[in-house]
Amino acid sequence: MISKLLRDIVDRVKPPFEPGGKLGFLHSTFDAFETFLFAPNTVTKKGAHIRDAVDLKRTVFMVVIALVPALLFGMYNTGLQHFRAIGDVAAAADVLGCWWYGFVRVLPLILVSYIVGLGIEFAFAQKRGHEVNEGYLVTGLLIPMIMPIDVPLWMVAVAVAFAVIIGKEVFGGTGMNIFNPALLARAFVFFAYTPFISGDKVWVRGVTKGGEYLDGFSGATPLTQLGENASDMLAGADVWSWIVGTIPGSIGETSVIAILIGAAILLYTGVASWRVMLSVFAGGLVMGLLFNAIGGTPVMDMPAYYHLLLGGFAFGAVFMATDPVTAAQTNVGKVIVGFMIGAIAVLIRVVNPGYPEGMMLSILFMNALAPLVDHFVVAANVRRRTKVAKVKTVK
Amino acid sequence: MGPLSKGNPVIVQILGICSALAVTAQLKPAFVMMASVTVVTAFANLIMSLLRKGVPGRIRIIVQLVVIAFLVILVDQVLKAYVYDVSKQLSVYVGLIITNCILMGRVEAFALGHKPWPSFVDGLANGVGYGLILLMLGFVRELLGSGSLWGFRVIPEAWYIQNGGFYANNGLMMLPPMALILVGIIIWVHRSAKSNKDLIEK
Repeated sequence: MISKLLRDIVDRVKPPFEPGGKLGFLHSTFDAFETFLFAPNTVTKKGAHIRDAVDLKRTVFMVVIALVPALLFGMYNTGLQHFRAIGDVAAAADVLGCWWYGFVRVLPLILVSYIVGLGIEFAFAQKRGHEVNEGYLVTGLLIPMIMPIDVPLWMVAVAVAFAVIIGKEVFGGTGMNIFNPALLARAFVFFAYTPFISGDKVWVRGVTKGGEYLDGFSGATPLTQLGENASDMLAGADVWSWIVGTIPGSIGETSVIAILIGAAILLYTGVASWRVMLSVFAGGLVMGLLFNAIGGTPVMDMPAYYHLLLGGFAFGAVFMATDPVTAAQTNVGKVIVGFMIGAIAVLIRVVNPGYPEGMMLSILFMNALAPLVDHFVVAANVRRRTKVAKVKTVK
Repeated sequence: MGPLSKGNPVIVQILGICSALAVTAQLKPAFVMMASVTVVTAFANLIMSLLRKGVPGRIRIIVQLVVIAFLVILVDQVLKAYVYDVSKQLSVYVGLIITNCILMGRVEAFALGHKPWPSFVDGLANGVGYGLILLMLGFVRELLGSGSLWGFRVIPEAWYIQNGGFYANNGLMMLPPMALILVGIIIWVHRSAKSNKDLIEK
């Protein structure tokens, strides 16, 4: 009923937007909204190809849905950390109050990210006469989720512009990018505005702007503490809070449970590759165990599975490493790249205390290497099969 | 006009990139670098053009190197004498002008086959073309990276977050990788211009 009504409206408004029509120059924009409302009757021709019957738009939607649990929890955690920091016990116990506090703070970040990012995407699509791609719906939600809550909004805007223009449009738009745009945005903030995305002041709302922590409360993420004073951090380790996610950190990354719910959705619908996810975790675990075997410093002796729970490891493994555009395309390649992502992330964390969060850099690094891995996997396959073919002809 | 736009050594021939990334964190060293390279290319071209009939082809490279090295040492001494602080900032990059591909490229490609005056102009124009890109990079990087231009503060102190404002310098601008990205953007814009469409490789 409603869908028919919408269809009617869309059909009535459509004519001037057709190529050659009066408003033909806005064709891409109109097309974007139309296909947003209705399944388009065309199939993807180039760019990101999910090798399946589904349209890119629907896959993108599944990822957004999968992100929702982590996002909701992130909002709650924002409020929780804030009230804990200022010592308001009653307010911290009020779940809905905490969530609302976080919702109001997180919403502007999401809005800025979407408005700037989609604005640029629409402008480019319009100019080049492409249809607008939906990839940004995911990227635009991922970006606020991997930022600290107190990051200034204009920095988010600049980072988004950088990620979309330099990370994506330069290479030809959605599906052609080498690097994961969301991580590129974070890397941009990380290197350009380092004080606003590292240290112990930025992860809890309202402290950078003159506020003060309650005595004894540390706003540092467990990973930052690990870099600064590993033995203290490990003595006070509260694994359960890491799993639930009631710790300071980037908005969406703290709760392993919420991320695993998202992972379940992605895997059930077949949107993300289980090979990538599993091998990232395996890579992190193996590398952690390797450091355990070497031993020596408290960080090296830390139980290997801690790495999987801390910081952005789980978030990166589930939502970033599985990005179909920047991940490897071959199945063997997926396993290799995933394993390397996990291993390098742990390597960076343990060996270089200057970069407490190794996940971002390791995923970007393996993004760059993924095509190379694919190349060798394909080459090996070709070699194997020529050998088989030769043996057969000899017979 | 060739070397300034369509034959620009940096953004079309992609020569001299290392120094373009290394010395452009601020405008002043970028300008000094531009002046030094321009002087050296112009006179290297002039001298090699004068010598072109007397130098046997088999040893021409070594002769070019001697001429260029002589000029670079001259420039280096002048910088040390008159703008010591900038010459410290430029450090090894003044000496490395010797290895700048633009120099040898122009001498080999132009000066050895042309009369002294056109060679001199060619060297001058290529130096300026190189310098233009340096100045653009230096302008953007110093403005966004340190909030100043030519060492003078442009963005008011009161705007900074630590002083109660909203602004912060972009640390990435101070790093060479960002300079490379900026060069990429300049190339992008340059080739998008109508008259330069023929530069786009198929």
